[in-house]
Amino acid sequence: MTAETAHKTGHVLLVDDDPDFLLQQKVMLESAGHTVTTAESAAQGQELAQRQEFDAAVVDLMMEEHDAGFTLCYHLKKHRPDMPVILVTAVTSETGHEFDASTREERSWVKADAWLTKPVRSEQLTGTLGKLLKD
Amino acid sequence: MTTLRVLVCDDEMGMRVGVARTLRDHRIEVPDHGEPVCFEVDQAQTAEQALWKIRDRAPDLLLLDQKLPGMSGMELLKALEQDTPDMLTVMITAYATIDSAVHATKMGTFDYLPKPFTPAELKDAVRKAAAHLLLVRHARRLEEERRRVRFEFIRVLGHELKSPLNAVTGYLQILNDPAAAPDPATAKQMIDRSLIRIDHMRKLIVDLLDMTRIESGQRRRELVEVDLAEVARMAMETLEPAAQERRITVALHADGPTAINADRTEMEIILNNLVSNAVKYNRDGGRVDIELSCDSDSITIQVADTGIGMSPDEAAKLFREFVRIKNAKTRNILGSGLGLSIVKRIAEMYHGAASVESEPEVGSTFTVTLQRRSEQTAENTDDLAEATNP
Repeated sequence: MTAETAHKTGHVLLVDDDPDFLLQQKVMLESAGHTVTTAESAAQGQELAQRQEFDAAVVDLMMEEHDAGFTLCYHLKKHRPDMPVILVTAVTSETGHEFDASTREERSWVKADAWLTKPVRSEQLTGTLGKLLKD
Repeated sequence: MTTLRVLVCDDEMGMRVGVARTLRDHRIEVPDHGEPVCFEVDQAQTAEQALWKIRDRAPDLLLLDQKLPGMSGMELLKALEQDTPDMLTVMITAYATIDSAVHATKMGTFDYLPKPFTPAELKDAVRKAAAHLLLVRHARRLEEERRRVRFEFIRVLGHELKSPLNAVTGYLQILNDPAAAPDPATAKQMIDRSLIRIDHMRKLIVDLLDMTRIESGQRRRELVEVDLAEVARMAMETLEPAAQERRITVALHADGPTAINADRTEMEIILNNLVSNAVKYNRDGGRVDIELSCDSDSITIQVADTGIGMSPDEAAKLFREFVRIKNAKTRNILGSGLGLSIVKRIAEMYHGAASVESEPEVGSTFTVTLQRRSEQTAENTDDLAEATNP
């Protein structure tokens, strides 16, 4: 528990069209001390982000359209460049394509601060989020 | 335009030049091949030279003289062994004996052209060879396509089976995690979602088994007189709880006789799928109208809903396997993605068809037509399996 309480907590926007992923990550983030607002589509996520301030966003890459997450990510970063955004994707296991944002070039065109591949372990997400909120 | 590459191997220059000249501006049409075929001719003076050229890049068609200085035509074929499965050989020989023809055929020669031959005879032999070559290639492409579709099906199926397992595993891990400690209401919500996902997975497996049995043609079909109105009423009964929960009215309109000589299970699959979709994709308080009508040859099942509808683009691909229209409105509706493709296959077994007309926000009408007295019999499953292949 000490490791978790050491993390900075905040208000997180969670965007995914998969209701199960949404519910699971919401419970886990809340148990790690975060406040969570969920959105079931990229459009809803963008609308919420325009109306209120979030400390971080967790966005699924593949929603209604295959790259809806990219687009949302871009809008979020344009609106609030300093807000950390984590992109979550099932793309590696589904198509064999590997996405990563480890190099500077990749980070420069994909506006995400971290990438996680589904299935996401809860400590992975809370850990990544905690680190980004501290920075 | 398809260009076939021809290599003529003959020690007589007159022969080589004659062949090249005859085929140079020759165009042919091949049955079931969408475009004209022309030829590009290369020459070899000896079998050794031909072997070198073939090893470098095999032509589509080899016109090979049997009698050559040095290595003979037959020895060339032996040297090539089975290395050139895509190349057809036509043997040219002045010594036309049955024996040599038989021998050449054994060595994998497709045809046999006795010397001397006229340009018309050459063209005829080349036309036959080209038609055979293109037919074989076409068949092979179809076979590859079939395999590709199979692999794709299995890939998507694997994903569809894995995704509910991932969801349920996720819930169980949270429920098992002392640090997570969800409140009782959230815990119940997680258990309910798990049960829904497991139920969905079971439905997928049932649909998959239905589809496999229909496709393999191994299911014992019992063709008896089936009253579609009765089958429709049973489907309505099954779906009544789901319809009532969302205040959806389901009505049956049967006009005239509704009996058909059919397999009862297949009729149940059609009506259950159509009515269940009409309820699932409806709006709260909507309507489902099932209409059965017939003429002397066929029975038409029409299921109309007042639901979310879909665009023409979405409707066009709806009957394919694992196609589920994914958008904000369908996000929370679960389905296997196999139901409508099964309905279509069954309709085709009754020499009928399945189609949809739809308008977004207004509703969809699904129409399935079945021939009442089709020629089929319960034993005649081979043809049926054939008819249901993609």
